[in-house]
Order: sequence, then structure tokens, then C-alpha cells
Amino acid sequence: MKLILVALVSGILFGFGLTLSQMTNPVKVINFLDIAGNWDPSLIFVMAGALAVTTLCFNKILKRPTPLFDKAFYMSSKSVIDFPLLMGSAIFGIGWGISGYCPGPSVAGLGLGSKESVVMLISLFLGFFAHRLVKR
Amino acid sequence: MNPNKYKDWCKLGFRPSPTNELNQNLLNLLQIMENFTPFSAISGGILIGLSASLLLLFNGRIAGISGIMGGLIHASREELFWRIAFLLGIVIGAFLFDQINPGLYQARENFPVWLLGLGGFLVGFGTRMGNGCTSGHAVCGIARFSIRSIAATITFMLSGFLTVFVIRHVMGVTL
Repeated sequence: MKLILVALVSGILFGFGLTLSQMTNPVKVINFLDIAGNWDPSLIFVMAGALAVTTLCFNKILKRPTPLFDKAFYMSSKSVIDFPLLMGSAIFGIGWGISGYCPGPSVAGLGLGSKESVVMLISLFLGFFAHRLVKR
Repeated sequence: MNPNKYKDWCKLGFRPSPTNELNQNLLNLLQIMENFTPFSAISGGILIGLSASLLLLFNGRIAGISGIMGGLIHASREELFWRIAFLLGIVIGAFLFDQINPGLYQARENFPVWLLGLGGFLVGFGTRMGNGCTSGHAVCGIARFSIRSIAATITFMLSGFLTVFVIRHVMGVTL
């Protein structure tokens, strides 16, 4: 129950921050990716703001033996840059550039009544399933 | 360009005339400033950073949206509920912001659904194959100096730049 409550509060902060920074606006995201056009550097500032907090906090938090409400930290321990990592990220970048949506804003759009985010969520999950099939 | 803005700049001493190349560059620069929203971007970013730190400190989880969503497909019961709560939180957070600032968010009109679907499919497939997206790799991974996340972030940024370059400037399509 505690885990669920923290996840809910954390999600609310995330969704609020995403909408405040206007990263829920796909046109703004595509304008960021359009360095040869009418470039909008806002996304860099969103990342800088987020990274300033996470870099500071994560390194303090990860010095603890465990998180407050669970037995262990759950994260990838892989440290090798491999083909799936680079290929997957390149494919993601193409989809991002086409649509203007990464996964976070696709979810947040539901709270804004965006019809586009419904299309995004359905096709995201189709992509998830397709990857599971291919991986087998 | 907005004619009122043009008048404002003239009052400030700028006299950009579109016929002069140097002034055209100045106009382009001012146009960029019009779209650029650094303060809301940083404040929103800080909230996202706080959210990710909270989830790590209490639950020991990485706030990677593609990972949290992808995990819904094969999650155990215990795993399922916090994931749903987090995603529901994102929807509530966005809804709250929109209630406080009505009209700020404007939906994009007339974007072809098939293209959006194609984009979404590639985002879904790619983020699972590459083990993360903007939040998991760029916001959380880089913070713990993971070389995989740094490599992934550089890759999807370059790929995104290239994709938009090809669509807007090679194919000449602006949607």
C-alpha cells in the first residue's frame, strides 16, 4: 500500500512537471528536434532541470543499503553498450521525430483529453508486443 | 510574425527589415525567442527530477516510463499495482495542471493518424529493445553515470534530429 501511494504521488509530480514544461506538446518537441529550422531549445532546459535534481539526489540515495519502503534497489546492472541498446534507441528516435511523442507525454496526454495520446498508447503497446514476439 | 511584436521591437530600437539579410537573421533569432520557454522548462524539469528521486528513495525504482508501461504486460500482481498508480498519477498531474492553467495546452490538429500510429509503434518497439526512453535513460540513467544510458541518449537524440531533418528539410513536409 505504501509503495502504491508513493508511486501515485511521484506520478502526479511527473505529469504536472511534464505539462508545465510543455513537453506534452508534440509540436514543441519536434521544434526541439528541428535544429535546422525554427529551433526551440526548451527540451534541453527540461532535461537540465531534471538532471540537476536527479544527479544530486540519486547519488545520495544509492549510498543507502536499501530504499525506505522496499528490500532493494531495482535497476539494470548491465554496463556494456550492445547492439540492441543502440539499435533500439535509434528506432525510438525515428518514432519520436515522426510523432513528437515519447512515452511519458503519451500517458500525460490522457489527462489533457488528447485524442492523439490514445492513438499513441495503442501503437506503443503494439510496439511492446511486437518486440516480445521478435525477442523469442 | 505577429505585427504587434514587430511594433514592440521597433519601440525598443530594433528596426528589423526583412529585406536586409543581417536583419533577417535578427528576425529569425527573435522568432526563436518567441517559442523558447526556459523558465517553465526548468521548473517542469525540476518537478520531474523530484518525482524520479522520490520513487527511487522510497520504492527503489527507476522512473522510466517505457519500462513501467512495458512491465504491465508480464507483471506479477504486486508489481502491477504500483505501476498502474504511477501511470495514473501522470494522468492526474497533467489534468491538474490543465485545470489550473486552462487553455495553455492546445491539441495538435489534423496530424495523420497512420503516421502517428507508425511513430508510436516505433517508439514502443525501440524503447523496449533499447531498454528505456527519455525518462529512464536521459533523466535517471545519466544521473547515475550509466554509460549505457549516455550512449542511448546520444543515439536517440541524433536519430530524432536526423528524422526531423529528413521530414522537414529533405522531404519538405511540415505537419
